[in-house]
Amino acid sequence: MTIYIALIPAIPLLGFLVLALFGSTLNRKVVGYIGAGSVGLAALLTFIAGAHFIKSLPLVRSYSVVLWEWINAGNLKADISFSLDSLSLVFCFVITFVGFLIHVYSIEFMANDEGFSRFFAYMNLFVGSMLILVMADNILLLYLGWEGVGLCSYLLIGFWYKKPENGYAARKAFIITRIGDTAMIIGIFILFLSFGTLNINELMQQVSVKWTAGSSIAVLTAALLLGGALGKSAQLPLQTWLPDAMAGPSPVSALIHAATMVTAGVYLIARTHVLFSLAPIVMTAIAVIGALTLLISGFSALTQHDLKRILAYSTISQIGYMFLALGIGAWSAAVFHFMIHAFFKALLFLAAGIVILVLNEEHDIFRMGGLRKKLPAVFWTFLIGSASLSALPLITAGFYSKDQILWYAFSSESGNSLLWIAGIIGAFLTALYSFRMVFIVFFGETKTNPSFMPGKQMTVPIIILAVLSVVGGFVELPASIGNIHLFSNLVGNTLPPAVVRETGHSEIMLMSFSAIIVLAGIYLAYMAYLRKPDLSESFNHSRINKFFEKGWGFDTLYDTLVVKPVVWLSGIDKNDVFDWMNIGIARLTLLANNLLSITQNGKLRWYLMSFTIGIVLILTYMICR
Amino acid sequence: MLTVPIEIQILFAGILFLIGLVGLLVRRNMIFMLMSIEIMFNSAGLVFIIAGNHLKQPDGQVMFIFILAVTAVEVAIALALILQVYHHYKTLDSDAINKLKD
Amino acid sequence: MNLFFYIAAVVALISTIMAISGRNAIHSLLYLILSLLAVSVIFYLLDAPFIAALEVIIYAGAIMVLFIFVTMMLNIGVEKRTEKKWLNPRMWIIPSVLTAILLIDFILALKIIHVSPPDNNVILPKQVGISLFSTYLLAVEIAAILLMAGVIGAYHLGSQKKKVTHRFLEKK
Repeated sequence: MTIYIALIPAIPLLGFLVLALFGSTLNRKVVGYIGAGSVGLAALLTFIAGAHFIKSLPLVRSYSVVLWEWINAGNLKADISFSLDSLSLVFCFVITFVGFLIHVYSIEFMANDEGFSRFFAYMNLFVGSMLILVMADNILLLYLGWEGVGLCSYLLIGFWYKKPENGYAARKAFIITRIGDTAMIIGIFILFLSFGTLNINELMQQVSVKWTAGSSIAVLTAALLLGGALGKSAQLPLQTWLPDAMAGPSPVSALIHAATMVTAGVYLIARTHVLFSLAPIVMTAIAVIGALTLLISGFSALTQHDLKRILAYSTISQIGYMFLALGIGAWSAAVFHFMIHAFFKALLFLAAGIVILVLNEEHDIFRMGGLRKKLPAVFWTFLIGSASLSALPLITAGFYSKDQILWYAFSSESGNSLLWIAGIIGAFLTALYSFRMVFIVFFGETKTNPSFMPGKQMTVPIIILAVLSVVGGFVELPASIGNIHLFSNLVGNTLPPAVVRETGHSEIMLMSFSAIIVLAGIYLAYMAYLRKPDLSESFNHSRINKFFEKGWGFDTLYDTLVVKPVVWLSGIDKNDVFDWMNIGIARLTLLANNLLSITQNGKLRWYLMSFTIGIVLILTYMICR
Repeated sequence: MLTVPIEIQILFAGILFLIGLVGLLVRRNMIFMLMSIEIMFNSAGLVFIIAGNHLKQPDGQVMFIFILAVTAVEVAIALALILQVYHHYKTLDSDAINKLKD
Repeated sequence: MNLFFYIAAVVALISTIMAISGRNAIHSLLYLILSLLAVSVIFYLLDAPFIAALEVIIYAGAIMVLFIFVTMMLNIGVEKRTEKKWLNPRMWIIPSVLTAILLIDFILALKIIHVSPPDNNVILPKQVGISLFSTYLLAVEIAAILLMAGVIGAYHLGSQKKKVTHRFLEKK
């Protein structure tokens, strides 16, 4: 049985191989079947493995299988081995299932693109690498998957490579995540040097035994791993790449930059939570970074014109919530929010993709409008997705997941009311910008007409995701409402529960307060953007609007602090020693050529003279000997 | 019977050869260069006859006959080439034919 | 006998020097014919009368005449000005120096090399003929083929083909 879990990452990778080698010769239909089918098969296997796993709880905590020995050099041993425990199971389920829906959607979305088979090859490679990442048994294999998803992100952001801006966006994403990756690999080095093993379970055991809480080495290692997570998950200060990554096609944004790759940081921290628990300073830092990020990107999302950029900033904000939960020790709440967020964010990106496609690549929301009657299926699903994003009380899954985080932010042992206030303000902003989006795009008068209606392959996935965005939350209801803890029970096998302290307020009170805030945000959006648009007009043209829109100036900050000095330095260093040597050799050869070609001036008498001189020299030499 | 020392004979042929060489190096007109080459050929043949006479073998004279044949052919073809050059370049300056260079 | 040799040698040297330093092509060629005749005398003195005759007939009579014909055809006798321009005394220095060095080398070489004393036989032209057609028969045949090649080559190289250009290109 356990060998089958190794098939879960293997089948998408096999799909990648087939499509990469033969994709250009295959028929489009076959390519679609292979591309979507491989991920679908992996999803099926995940279901089967998950059912087995859940049945055999709590006796068996994890399945693991060692495939073959990868590296064996002295002390350094690393195998290709996978293990499936409840944390990996949740992530695998999301990756494969949501991934399958997105692949089916892409069959119709990319139907007229010339790089059809290349797209599916890259997507399969991405799914394979992400599965390696979440199922890896040792940290080096995890890093392999980490780098693999970074590579696929670069390839897919710059998919339409003929436009140079897409290439720049892809490079920006890769370089910024590289900064995080470097920090992470240094952290891995420290772990290996201290303990001599790369297996994650062994590392976590040794860490809890040998390192004391708060010791500088634990803080250092945790901070370095956090650096890697910040890069991949686009949190402060490495968040500038995600809005520009919207240059890729919408399915890419849905899969990579909403549901899966950006949550790799969350996975990493959850997986190595033992280490992080030993460094309380780093945990506080995670929570503060999460809170700040969700506020900053929430304000930025309020001012964007491009539909996909709003969703990008929204993603950064929601991952901020997940980091906030991780920072205060609410591990399962973070993973729960990850799952629900994957559903509604993928839904929103796919629906936005349909809107952009049928309006002939129109991205500006102020040129859309009135699509409620024209695209009914898209409208209803988008509405459900936005409601889930805003955490509309009681009927959407987003409410349950976000509320759990807010509750823990207030009441957990390392929680703080300041963090809770930040979360509440963030919830208000979320409701405000998401319904701003809904009202501007779908209500009002139509400025651009749709040129065609989307087909079944695009509408069925978003309907499925809309259903999940509503019912997905019902697996985890808080104690005061339904007291269903299916999810946290499952995840609790791997992650410890959050410790709650006694506060003067009950959960119901906090829940109702956040519900009121959300409704207030929706009402404000309704008034400012639909009924009396002039209320928002003055804000739209203010200076602070521009500041928020440019992402709080982070891009210009990095440009002046880092980019310009590096470019200046490399300009100075352009003619370094090695260059000089290479050019010197070339110049020397040219010089010799010029000198020697003087002897070939084509004149007959010159040649005769050289004969004579030669004869004289030879004869003189021979006589004088 | 000739009793001039053999060194003087060969020296005489050598001086003739060197005069031809000087003429070849100095003159620019192609007809003159060809003429100098003829002088050199002739002196080489003279050396052969001298050697054949000294060693009392007929091979020297035979060699001279062959040199004569070769000289004749060479002159004929060289003059034909000079005719072509003159018709193309309208001059007999050997420095004018310097296109085969870098 | 030796006196004749020395006189003929001096005549040959002087006429050769006059030949290469002349301005007029025809005059130089005539000096060269004179030099060849002097060398022919030397050949006769060296017990090679047949060769002396050959020298006059073929070398002076055919080859030099060919030269004279071509020179007259190209009409270069009249270009005395260019010859004067090309033949300034400054040009003579370096070749003379080099040649002088070669001459010194030559003399030294002759001193070093030992030459065996001569025998007392005389070579008759009959011997030359027999040697030519027995020992060197193959070389004779090859010389004949060479002459034929020379004839054909000279004919082809000497012919002037009319250049044919397309009528559109002619308008230029």
